[in-house]
Amino acid sequence: MTADSDASACNTRRLVLLVATRKGAWLFHGDARRGAWRVDGPHFLGHIISHLVLDPRDGKTLLAAAKTGHLGPTIFRSTDLGASWREAARPPAFRQAAAGTAGRAVDHSFWLTPAHADEPETWYAGTSPQGLFRSEDGGLTWAPFSPINEDPQYRKWMGTEQDGTPDGPKLHSIIVDPRDRRHLYFAMSGGGVHESRDGGETFAPLVDGMETVEGFDASDLAFHDPHCVRLCPSDPDRLYQQNHCGIYRLDRPSTRWVRIGRTMPQEIGDIGFPLVVHPRDANTAWVFPMDATTVWPRTSPGGRPAAYATRDAGATWQRQDVGMPAGQAWWTIKRQAMTADRFDPVGIYFGTTSGELWMSADEGRRWECIARHLPEIYAVEAADLA
Amino acid sequence: MKVLIPGGLHSYTGAARVEASGATLREVLGDLDRRYPGIRFRMVDEQQRLRPHVRLFFAGEPLRDLDRPLRPDGELIILQALSGG
Repeated sequence: MTADSDASACNTRRLVLLVATRKGAWLFHGDARRGAWRVDGPHFLGHIISHLVLDPRDGKTLLAAAKTGHLGPTIFRSTDLGASWREAARPPAFRQAAAGTAGRAVDHSFWLTPAHADEPETWYAGTSPQGLFRSEDGGLTWAPFSPINEDPQYRKWMGTEQDGTPDGPKLHSIIVDPRDRRHLYFAMSGGGVHESRDGGETFAPLVDGMETVEGFDASDLAFHDPHCVRLCPSDPDRLYQQNHCGIYRLDRPSTRWVRIGRTMPQEIGDIGFPLVVHPRDANTAWVFPMDATTVWPRTSPGGRPAAYATRDAGATWQRQDVGMPAGQAWWTIKRQAMTADRFDPVGIYFGTTSGELWMSADEGRRWECIARHLPEIYAVEAADLA
Repeated sequence: MKVLIPGGLHSYTGAARVEASGATLREVLGDLDRRYPGIRFRMVDEQQRLRPHVRLFFAGEPLRDLDRPLRPDGELIILQALSGG
């Protein structure tokens, strides 16, 4: 299907927003005009849901990465849009360490990525602490994938749990090249961006051009903290990245990231967590900056939230805040909590740390809040139902 | 032996009190997992450590060692320690 026909066809599709929160998951079913939303939930009330993903290969299978405050992590699967859930028989878990040595335990599965269209039952999962796992049976049994989980060099780059983000270091942004199922990317907070050309048998760092916090050695991958990496579906040779130290673009075959966030307004800066790419225009992307000054408040800068969009691959950025609070709004957005649909014009969605769900039906020009009073939102995905 | 299951794990057992057998805590948890697949991993991680907020008691004594022998006539109590917000 071409990009243009994809845009016209998708306006007849059934859209669902998959909202994962600190206290459960919700599905918001949209009408054909994206003007009304039917709420389905909560699912897994009280569970910490890090990611809820619909399989684009069949348009009906859902996977949910779950844990509770007390109990260990697991993954649930549904093939009836959440009417019933089946728990993974073997959730992601590290290999048991040899006697007398300290082994790692998965605290939670953080990121779920369906594998290539040619591998219909295969999924990848990224965990906290950093681990990469794969399921070949639709998410029911999981096994460590690639040698990186136990590789001494990778373990050094992953650092300790004290080096990670406040709720644990994470492996995220698992990306499958739509042209080649063996071409994979992932990112680690911390630990950098990595690429495989051989289906995960080996990975190599992809961090040239990425900056680290002043005073730290950029040649040491442990100091690299990519927050979110996205591949452009309309040009799989182009990737964008929101990093702890700026916004970047990478045009393959180059291996050097270019910091495109330098053109953001100085008073806003170019630090944040999510990054969204346009489904049909590789020059267009959105970010949602946060306050990364002083002690890193991780709030909207000045209490005035706004998205910023580029239409020219990062040469310029436009502030998009029409409809958002004009002040005293101190929320922000986590790395998985902003996404786009495939309508024309594209709809942009985000969920806030304060439990609000927002959308724009016109590529960010105007925003409206479509749900309030949810728990802290961890992830939002926009998906087409079969 | 009798096992008292906390509310967070009733989705596995469907009941607060169930039966399981074994000479040690490890064996009892293994038997529970055979009867209720998946329940053990929610309590014990892949390095065979009890998860931080899971507490086990037998005859009034807290248990941390999976190889602790258990009498068949006792009751194993599983608790979720309060945590989080």
